[in-house]
Amino acid sequence: MTAPPTTVDLPAVRRAMWRAVLDGDAHGACDVVFPLLDGGLDAEVVLLDVIAKVQAKVGVEWAANRVSVAQEHAASAVNDRVITAVLHHPAARVEDPGRRGRVTVACVDQEWHALPARLLAEVLHLRGWRVDFLGAQVPTPHLIRHVHRTGPLAVALSSSIPTRLPVAHAAISACQATGVPVLVGGAAFGPDGRYARQFGADAWAPDAREAAGILERGLPPTGMETARQAIEDLPHLGDQEFTMVVGTARQLVKQTMVDLEDRIPALRAYTEEQRHHTAEDIAHLVDFLAASLYTDDPELFTRFITWMASILTARGVPATVLRPTLDLLGGQLRDFPRAGHHVERARRALTTAAPAPATSGSQDAV
Amino acid sequence: MPGSERTPADPGRTRPRRSATWAEAPYPVVVADRAGAVVESNDAALTLLPRLRPGAPLDDTVPGWLAASHARLTTPTGDRDDVPAALPGPRAGTGEPVEGMVGDRSFGAHATRRGDGDVVWWLVETTDVRLAEATLAEERRRTSLLAEASNTLLASLNLERCTEATARLAVQHLADAAIVVGPPDGRSLTVTSCATGHPVTRRLVRAEPDIVPGLREALEGFPPVPSRWIDPAALPDWASAEGFTGPVGSVVVTPLPGHGVSAGALVLLRHGDHARFSQSEEVFARLFAARAGAALSAARMYGEQAAITATLTRELLPPTLTQVNGVEFAGGYRAAAAHERVGGDFFDVHAGGDASAETLAVIGDVCGKGLDAAVLTGKIRNTLHALLPLADDHERLLNLLNGALLTTEHARFATLALASVRRDGGQVLLRLTSAGHPPPLLVRADGRVETAATHGTLVGALPTVRASTAETVLQPGETCLMFTDGITEARGGPLGEEMFGEARLRRALGECAGLPAEAVVERVQMLATSWVDSHRHDDMAVVAITAPRHAHLSAVDGHTRGRYTA
Repeated sequence: MTAPPTTVDLPAVRRAMWRAVLDGDAHGACDVVFPLLDGGLDAEVVLLDVIAKVQAKVGVEWAANRVSVAQEHAASAVNDRVITAVLHHPAARVEDPGRRGRVTVACVDQEWHALPARLLAEVLHLRGWRVDFLGAQVPTPHLIRHVHRTGPLAVALSSSIPTRLPVAHAAISACQATGVPVLVGGAAFGPDGRYARQFGADAWAPDAREAAGILERGLPPTGMETARQAIEDLPHLGDQEFTMVVGTARQLVKQTMVDLEDRIPALRAYTEEQRHHTAEDIAHLVDFLAASLYTDDPELFTRFITWMASILTARGVPATVLRPTLDLLGGQLRDFPRAGHHVERARRALTTAAPAPATSGSQDAV
Repeated sequence: MPGSERTPADPGRTRPRRSATWAEAPYPVVVADRAGAVVESNDAALTLLPRLRPGAPLDDTVPGWLAASHARLTTPTGDRDDVPAALPGPRAGTGEPVEGMVGDRSFGAHATRRGDGDVVWWLVETTDVRLAEATLAEERRRTSLLAEASNTLLASLNLERCTEATARLAVQHLADAAIVVGPPDGRSLTVTSCATGHPVTRRLVRAEPDIVPGLREALEGFPPVPSRWIDPAALPDWASAEGFTGPVGSVVVTPLPGHGVSAGALVLLRHGDHARFSQSEEVFARLFAARAGAALSAARMYGEQAAITATLTRELLPPTLTQVNGVEFAGGYRAAAAHERVGGDFFDVHAGGDASAETLAVIGDVCGKGLDAAVLTGKIRNTLHALLPLADDHERLLNLLNGALLTTEHARFATLALASVRRDGGQVLLRLTSAGHPPPLLVRADGRVETAATHGTLVGALPTVRASTAETVLQPGETCLMFTDGITEARGGPLGEEMFGEARLRRALGECAGLPAEAVVERVQMLATSWVDSHRHDDMAVVAITAPRHAHLSAVDGHTRGRYTA
């Protein structure tokens, strides 16, 4: 892989690209990167140092309420088109494609952020792998069927949202049970990939370059052919707290809504849509609590709460509603010591810490 | 042994004192003095060690391990570093027995000390116990190997991976090199080979199986040819493995029995200096081969079935939509069941011959779910394709389709929405018709969401279809969204059991003005799937038709490679 020529001002390229992407202008975006490819810039640099960076910026800007969700989708669509165009450029021609062997790249089920996985798939393609890219939200049965049918040397799984961790864990174990090693990436696995290790993944990569490097060095066949159950990796699941919180999530949300209206009378004046948004936020919060119980990492829930506080602040919604919500949730989970501990940790973080900069959470790229 | 330090045996003590009861004992007993000379022994000992003579040094008459133990026992500890330390030394009278071989039998030697300082060695034969223990250990090893082999072999339903696992396991546990020969396919053989410490390699060889002695028999399922009948020198070059060097000492060729037919054959090689395969090893190789054969056979059957399914469903999968004649098209599909990829919803885009001709987009919903419904969607899609030239009149097209559906024995009906699309300058002209289907929604540039004014009856139920067609224009950045009721009727939400509903869909679309078609589809799909979350849902399909905001006629192909390649 070549380093970007010194003549290319990548930050300037990214700024130009950002304007085109935000404008939904795929042609304009192509006009930014094509001259660079014509000038001999490595296609991988365009994919990872321009497109991936721009996409990551979309997430940051969304968190800061400077772009809308719709613009975020538009940006992904434009980036997706630009990637396709870049790959048709002569600079992206691959010598002896597929020479390194076959790998599968997929997002775990319910994972919508396909772009990081697609970028990895294209980088691997450029580096000489035969890549089956299965796209966003791949149900685990599809993935396994594909693995049986094609016998890849490795499976690369992407997940950005921690609430999908149980699904990701199941997918990892299922792939390994077929004898195929699994490389994982994405913000869901924690800043240092700690959940990847916890789930027994064969490797974790913080970005696409590292992932490609790991695959090039080779992952040994996993040797975990006997299917593991989640509890063997996560003995704390034996206390049933995760199971109970997931099983009663809807009731928890309903009860918290009712109690919250008692405590904050202003809520009663909310429109149907506003109430709905509040219910969605609480449901999200319960989902993250479940994920934090699943991994037995109270930090996961605390990170989410401080991130949510910063998101709400950025949108001019008073984050003051978070504290009472946590109080009420903690009250309902009185009989669950581990859940209570996680909620209490988050509550304390909310009081002591200033809102964290809105860079982590659901929007990070692989 | 410091024999020179030994005092000559006292002649008076060479006389056997066989008054002791042990003289008649069925166990060999040897008495030796502190100097390491034999004092006396019984008949059993003489039978075992015929060179025993009173006065003779132990070194010359008993195996070294026993002489060494005796020396260690009779020497004060601390100054005897010339005694092999590997032998456990008994302490006087109380020590552990020493184990050792006499010829091909094994004995435990127990020492007791007599008052005069002589040591009495009692030899207890342990040959049977040792053999039983060795057999038990071997059986355990084999059982655990077979269990491991089953786990490994059953893990993958991929024939290549399963074959590699067979070769690797065989090398780990049975031989120095292993070659798995697949069932003959035409005139070539698939040869997967592996040698100790080397990776598995796979290649095709043009050869007849009878070039390897016993291979044809194995591939045809005859009983295996005994190893000793196979001349290693007769092996062709390909019947070896990368990294296996030196002459072949012995060969075993074992059938891999499949389900009714041969799953191939396993050839095991050992180096010239490595022991030949014993009969029990050959039997064990067959046990292993039986498991491997069953797994390979299952993998082959799965592969064949999967290929058939893939071929049959290829035509039923939703197509990947791209830009056509200057108009953006994007589609998204999610089948009701996680394990299925096709269902009763479908969509298609039939491109017009050129930019001036209309492109026909269709979305539909067949009653029912799963493969049965999918087969009917295939029929409808084919029929519509054939009726394309008549697409200028939607109602007539629907009636022709209706007639075709009524005459088939499938007692099913379908709802459809049709869109004839043509770009005119920066605008996109649309003719929209709904036949019992939710009418398409139009997302205007200012964020208003309109319902297309089209109504009609479903197809495949009544003798005629009545439908009205709405005409409209999309300005740059505007989108026409066609969807199935799987989206609007999705149940879930934060409180559960609530319907997603058209109002929520319209609200979401209100934020989608100016977005590319793929972004609108992604937004709608994401909202609907996160709404249902883990709840059960119906098939969901959505198609967006968008007038590009940026008036380039040449398309940047937004097609997402391989989204449906699974």
